[in-house]
Amino acid sequence: MKRWSVILAAIALSVALILAILELGPAGIDLRLPVAENMASSGVTHPVTAVLLNFRGYDTLLEVAVLLIALFGILAVGMEPLPSLVKPADPMLQRLARFACPLVIVAGVYLLWAGAFRPGGAFQAGALLAAAIVLLHLSGLWPGWGTPSWRQRLLLSGGFAVFLAVSVAMMGFGALLEYPQAYAGLLILLIESGLTLSLAAILAGLFLFLSRDTGGNP
Amino acid sequence: MISVSLSFDLLLAGALLWSAWRTLAARRIDLAIVMFIVFGLLMTIAWTRLRAPDIGLAEAAIGAGLTGALLLDALGAIRRKKSPSKDNA
Repeated sequence: MKRWSVILAAIALSVALILAILELGPAGIDLRLPVAENMASSGVTHPVTAVLLNFRGYDTLLEVAVLLIALFGILAVGMEPLPSLVKPADPMLQRLARFACPLVIVAGVYLLWAGAFRPGGAFQAGALLAAAIVLLHLSGLWPGWGTPSWRQRLLLSGGFAVFLAVSVAMMGFGALLEYPQAYAGLLILLIESGLTLSLAAILAGLFLFLSRDTGGNP
Repeated sequence: MISVSLSFDLLLAGALLWSAWRTLAARRIDLAIVMFIVFGLLMTIAWTRLRAPDIGLAEAAIGAGLTGALLLDALGAIRRKKSPSKDNA
């Protein structure tokens, strides 16, 4: 009886939501036109990248900060290391991981480069690089991370620092996070490169700091 | 031609709902995680169909890939913790 009433309530809510979406009027503000008009001054030709890193760079900056703080949270909990994996990984799996990783890295760098003119960008590229590290870790080729070293700390916070430094350095030309038109493309590529490396380290860090398996199976 | 794309979209929507239901209703956690990854991959196709390839890429890489791997790793860690005697063998 209770089960059916829950199902009925869920169906009623879904129908109400669908009806509400169907009744939505056109969006109050249409931002497509202003974006299209200002594309020439953004330094890139892909509108999504232009919005993410130029017109609304503020959001992206804070997103990266949120990810970094999430990692700080994990590190602050400070868990004890666990014994390493029960058995060393299959040699076939290790072989496949070794074969796949260069391809993943090439795809990641391509996504970073492609972000300027077609779908792609720092987040996706960083996630791919992180996936390569996670793959190596799971096949026992890359030990987990314990307490981060200075170099790792630099890598983790580097992307955010570069983003912040560029936006502060450009304050002389206008407001915060505003790039001069001539250098916008170059600056965006610089920021995205830094972000890719940092995001890869952060996303892989979520995994490798949590794995608490600092031994690995070399 | 319209009917082909419409039927594909309906199939995709049905598969999304089915995989979401399987994720929630699976009794075994490992099955639920695999269904979650399947849901993420179907969602990637859905975003591409909605002509938002940027979100599709992010969903595939972060939503399906990294989150799925993290969940599987967490499950492995829980199991290792529950049977610590096996590790020393």
